[in-house]
Amino acid sequence: MTDALLAGDLPLPSRPNYLQHGTSVISWLTTTDHKRIAILYAITITIFFFLGGAAITAVRLELFVPNGGLFTSDTYNKLFSFHGIVMVWFFLVPSIPNTLGNFLLPLMIGAPDVAFPRLNLTSWYLTIAGGAFTVYALVAGGVDTGWTFYTPYSTMFSNTHVFAAAAGVFVAGFASIATGVNFIATTHMLRAPGMTWFRLPLFVWAIYATSIVMVLATPVLAISLMLVMAERWLGLPIFDPAHGGDPILFQHLFWFYSHPAVYIMVLPAMGVVSEIIPCFARRRIFGYDFMVYAMIAIAGIGFFVWGHHMFVSGQSPYASLIFSFLSFIIAVPSAIKVFNWTASLYRGQITFEAPMLYALGFVGLFTTGGLSGLFLASIPVDIHVTDTYFVVAHFHYIMVGGSVSAFFGGLHFWWPKITGKLYSEWWAKFAAILMYFGFNMTFFPQFVAGYLGMPRRYHTYPPEFQVYNVMSSAGAAVLAAAYLLPLGYLAYSLFYGARAGNNPWKATGLEWTTSSPPPPKNFDRQPRVNRGPYDYHAEGQSAGTDVPELQNAREVR
Amino acid sequence: MSEVTGLLREPWEHFERQRGAGKFGIWVFLASEMLFFGALILTYAVCLIEHMDAFAAAGRETNIWYGTSNTAILLTSSLTMAVASQAAAAGQHLRRLVVACLTLTVALGLAFLVVKGFEYKEDLDKHLWPGAQFALHEPGAQLFYGLYWLITGVHAIHLTIGIALVGRLALLGHLKKLQLDENPEIEVTALYWHLVDIIWIFLYPLIYLPGRVS
Repeated sequence: MTDALLAGDLPLPSRPNYLQHGTSVISWLTTTDHKRIAILYAITITIFFFLGGAAITAVRLELFVPNGGLFTSDTYNKLFSFHGIVMVWFFLVPSIPNTLGNFLLPLMIGAPDVAFPRLNLTSWYLTIAGGAFTVYALVAGGVDTGWTFYTPYSTMFSNTHVFAAAAGVFVAGFASIATGVNFIATTHMLRAPGMTWFRLPLFVWAIYATSIVMVLATPVLAISLMLVMAERWLGLPIFDPAHGGDPILFQHLFWFYSHPAVYIMVLPAMGVVSEIIPCFARRRIFGYDFMVYAMIAIAGIGFFVWGHHMFVSGQSPYASLIFSFLSFIIAVPSAIKVFNWTASLYRGQITFEAPMLYALGFVGLFTTGGLSGLFLASIPVDIHVTDTYFVVAHFHYIMVGGSVSAFFGGLHFWWPKITGKLYSEWWAKFAAILMYFGFNMTFFPQFVAGYLGMPRRYHTYPPEFQVYNVMSSAGAAVLAAAYLLPLGYLAYSLFYGARAGNNPWKATGLEWTTSSPPPPKNFDRQPRVNRGPYDYHAEGQSAGTDVPELQNAREVR
Repeated sequence: MSEVTGLLREPWEHFERQRGAGKFGIWVFLASEMLFFGALILTYAVCLIEHMDAFAAAGRETNIWYGTSNTAILLTSSLTMAVASQAAAAGQHLRRLVVACLTLTVALGLAFLVVKGFEYKEDLDKHLWPGAQFALHEPGAQLFYGLYWLITGVHAIHLTIGIALVGRLALLGHLKKLQLDENPEIEVTALYWHLVDIIWIFLYPLIYLPGRVS
């Protein structure tokens, strides 16, 4: 993909990689290197992931028995609200874009850094500031509105720390916008010579589409939260029905962001999987162009489906009809992607390394989550299952089964590039398989419980639902173990792992042509690109037709 | 082109590319800002449709003289900002003109805030802050003033940020600590300034004209 100097192993003067380039804490806190900022984000979101996870562990413990006595209703409300707020805005939204995206976007397009390196660092500090507000809200006594901050409860009735929590999300929103602007400008302005739009890896396309959604949707969330804060703090009665205000308007504004936010969470995951599957099937991605158009379509149509969250909120039935129709339509590009991943596997030389296990897990769980989404897009079924565990199961299949699996897949896939070390393959495979089964144990019973009528957000339930809740809580314990395992073996690999080499998976992306870990400016010489990102052999051809450095990849591995 | 090497930043190799990226980036950000104010104006539109008469009555309580003078002040500031931006881009060593126009822009921005301050004072004296003491009795009038305070407040915050950015350029340019000639920061700041100005052009009729057309 690049000139011989980069692809081959010609001797180059030794130089520090990005990790050795300054080792003091200050050098990390003032860095403008996109790779180091990615590491800062990774540490941040890991902390938030386990904070949010701790909250939901308490919830699952409470739900073991129908009238669980661990917590009061108020505490229970605060626990699941904290879980939702932290997991959505401080883990899922920044997860893949700000860690893997930040690290890989410049490497994949052959650039030395992102377009605005200082803005990139600012965005991390904004995330930290927002997180501090939200954690303060928790420490000060919690917030009980759920992650959706629905009015008029959040504005007129809740006596909890709504203001601090909303302010935290508001500030984190600016981080999101800054990241989006940065990534869009980077993709437009910093592609290496020869890196045409249709030679971009699908991960870059995914990050690009995600960034567009971030830039255009997040400001609307900011306004909806600002209106809530203004009503609580300044007494400006925007959503107060007593003064003619319209609480439903809040839901429209909120979901105008929060439905596209689902695609902020899942599009990058699709990008990750589109990198992993071709590599371990040794096959070109099937239907590259359609993959690109599908992602753009998902990002675009995603702005026009928000009303399916409001079928029972009192919106016009005609609006519901259109939103329902568009929600079915958006399933089409998602289905194209699932079809293309599957077709990419066809007659591939598939091996099951840990990243591939995560990626295949993603495809299965995302498909389940997507198909259950069609139930919810259909108005009659949705009315039956609104605010039940069916909805909870559906969006966890997309966001946890989908996005989190893909995040772990990407983390394992690029770990050798990021750290220069190899982790224990056996433990990684074990964790991947454990995660898949733990996930299904946790959330599949919730589909059943929800369909039978168990409402979400209640901390007591009729005894006939206990069997599903016990299954779910037991699965959550397995899932928690599966999430903790990588902390152990990945940390171990940092100190005792074998050296990874530049390209341990024999992948064809531009990021694999530089050293592991990369030098501070990514490439020793400006890369020149003369082919597409998935230069694996075509269907019906043997590995011998790969480019020379990839030939006999299987024997090498 | 030799003079622009001092303005080149990481990670750019060529100044033209860097300038292009700065402009492109701020346009993307302005798109985001449009959605930000768009959501506020949408909220206003929904409330207006639900309470036509109350909004007309409430709009009549605003002081159109303050609003109109502020519109004139802000439009003039856009002129001085545009002159500064063009003079800097010309690369003709027009430093004094650029600094003068930037300073004028800051002065006009501050004048806007001062006028706004007098207007806010008058509004508070007339009990136009929503609450128990509120002066108007039409249901929905409190909504108008809730949005009035919010939208003008958010706009004033944007303007204050703009004043700080332009003031920084004027000060550093005056002290010769920043090269103004061909500096893309000026055009980027100008684009932001114009956005804040254009938003006001939309806010003016929404705030001051309801109830005033017969």
